[in-house]
Amino acid sequence: MKTASRVLGTAFFESGFEVQDAPRYGAERRGAPTFAYVRASKAAIHERGIIRDPDLVIVGDDTLPAVPAAGVMQGVSARTLMLIHSRESAEVWKRRLNLAGPVMTLPTIGETAEEDGMPFLGCVSAGAAARLVGVVSREALLGAVRKEVAPFGQNAVRENERRALRAYHDMASHAGVVVEGREVSAEAYDAPDWIRVPFEDARMSAPAIYASATSVRVRTGAWRTMRPIVDADRCNRCWWICSTYCPDSAIAVTTEGRPEIDYDHCKGCMICVAICPSHAIEAIPEGGRRIKEPESA
Amino acid sequence: MTRELLTGNGAAAWGARLANVDYVPAFPITPQTEIIETLAAWCDSGEMPGRLVTLESEHSMITAAGAAAATGVRVFTATSSQGLLYGMEMVYAVAGWRAPFVMVNVSRGLGTPTTLESDHTDVLAARDSGFLQIHCASCQEVLDTVLMAYRLAEDPRIRLPVIVNLDGFYLSFTREPVSLPEPDAVGQFLRPYDPQRTRFRASAPTSQGVAVLGGSPYSYFRYEAHLAALRAVEVYGEVAAELERVFGRRHDAIEAYRCDDAEIMFVMVGSFSTKAKAAVDGLRRAGRPVGLARIRLLRPFPVEELRRVVSGTRGLAVIDQNLSMGKGGVLHSEVASALYGEPDAPAILMSFIGGLGGRDISPEELYEIASETRKAVEDGKAPPPRLLYTQDELREIRKLQTIAEVERHELEEPDR
Repeated sequence: MKTASRVLGTAFFESGFEVQDAPRYGAERRGAPTFAYVRASKAAIHERGIIRDPDLVIVGDDTLPAVPAAGVMQGVSARTLMLIHSRESAEVWKRRLNLAGPVMTLPTIGETAEEDGMPFLGCVSAGAAARLVGVVSREALLGAVRKEVAPFGQNAVRENERRALRAYHDMASHAGVVVEGREVSAEAYDAPDWIRVPFEDARMSAPAIYASATSVRVRTGAWRTMRPIVDADRCNRCWWICSTYCPDSAIAVTTEGRPEIDYDHCKGCMICVAICPSHAIEAIPEGGRRIKEPESA
Repeated sequence: MTRELLTGNGAAAWGARLANVDYVPAFPITPQTEIIETLAAWCDSGEMPGRLVTLESEHSMITAAGAAAATGVRVFTATSSQGLLYGMEMVYAVAGWRAPFVMVNVSRGLGTPTTLESDHTDVLAARDSGFLQIHCASCQEVLDTVLMAYRLAEDPRIRLPVIVNLDGFYLSFTREPVSLPEPDAVGQFLRPYDPQRTRFRASAPTSQGVAVLGGSPYSYFRYEAHLAALRAVEVYGEVAAELERVFGRRHDAIEAYRCDDAEIMFVMVGSFSTKAKAAVDGLRRAGRPVGLARIRLLRPFPVEELRRVVSGTRGLAVIDQNLSMGKGGVLHSEVASALYGEPDAPAILMSFIGGLGGRDISPEELYEIASETRKAVEDGKAPPPRLLYTQDELREIRKLQTIAEVERHELEEPDR
């Protein structure tokens, strides 16, 4: 999504607009929801930070609307166009999210059944957005893709250009549906519901969590891209090395001295793989498979 | 001069590159790291001739920066938040050495609780150190200000280090169009550093930053550094005029936006001030005479210029993106002390605390701040300071506390 924002930002800029684009990260870790935003205007841009009233929201992964931390619905109003990368229909999403505004879907980024197309998400999203706003030319889009993808080599540029252009063409019948929003009027605005923050003693107001429940509930195993697997035949049941070195306490040892990895919380750091003296732990790619939430979660 | 999209961090790195810095002691910290990564890539590829060295902490980094500057080379470094505080002993020390260099601080709220997002409590901890301090509101300003900062730091009348502050996220990771000046033009504005007697030669030992016994010599040296910082108000004016001559961009110590006939003014520092500009435009469209006094030069504090800008205004709304616990907004105190007893000073001085830890300030809130200030002007009395905080925000906190409360009962009353 950072790539999408940079490509779209550069495309706007090359089309004569003033631009602001920025990624926004939370905790710096793989697998966390992330987003980026772009503002464009013919005049100087004074507004800053996260867009409060977006004209267009592109959702790069259709599991995100269910993740509160992703904030997909933040600021979405009846005039916001939602474009969701999803195999499900726009109607389903409109009903599921109870959206008053227009919804569109981009059914798939991958071009074959095997390819998930995720490496091209940024340029595909930017290509679609460039057409939806209606003021970015094909040449400006391609120029922006070339500029932003260049560090990844000529093959990446060619492939991203092609896919961005396809998304641009796919949106041709919707060119210009996203229009510039209006600024809040100083004469008629909703006054903020400010309060005086009450005094509360430190027992209440110190930032402390007194139990481990939150760490257990958050399934950090979803961050993993590589999965450590213990080969029981090679494991010499030393009982302590992998479990001691695991920074997330995600390896328990059975009474027989066998390590058991808690895949709900193993982040895939691969320290156990590196540290095991008998080379009994190997790493296999997660292969884009999602970790199913257990029924009891 | 080309115009391209740069992040605030990218603009800071370009400032250092265009200033032809010799030495960059570095240590990473979010949200600053992109600056030293960019410089490291340029040093590695040979696009930038200087030497970049990673140190083992900010304390060592600032020591290295001061020590290198004391040998007469041009030094750039950058940090943020906890890193700045970790190096704080040396922030005060190197300013006392009268070692001129430029340090970019990318503002980030201080722990605890830990956060990554911006406010100014970090950089204000260096307020009394002897470093000059300039706050930027756009990526363009970041680049221009790094160049200006070398002029100020290296001026023989000043010879103090300078902090250039930019806000984390709101500038550091945000790309905006930035005019990149040609090196020739930069050369007209910023000449190679002439360290005069600030040198170190193996054959000619010197002692810099010596110790003193007794308050009398101590007072002298400290007060001289203060006088040098005060002198920087005047030198800043010269440097700003010179920048305008060469690059056509003017960055005054205080940016007065639509202030001429303003009855009410927002007073702010940093990038949130552009939000206030938009609010001023909106209020003006609605027929309200509101302006913005955005303080760029925080140390030295441009007292006379502030008095001039606000003269004739009836109410000031100071919005502090910082908090001095047990007192309130730092900028509010600074403004109050600059205006107290002045015959033309506005009668109403309002204090708002907003934007702590990157908390946004909405256009509606800025309109409401103007409205409350106007009401205070009419009443002739300022209400107590206000934290910009809504009912919804407190509701979210209550939700978290509800969870924590249950856990606490489980711990404290296990049999319940």
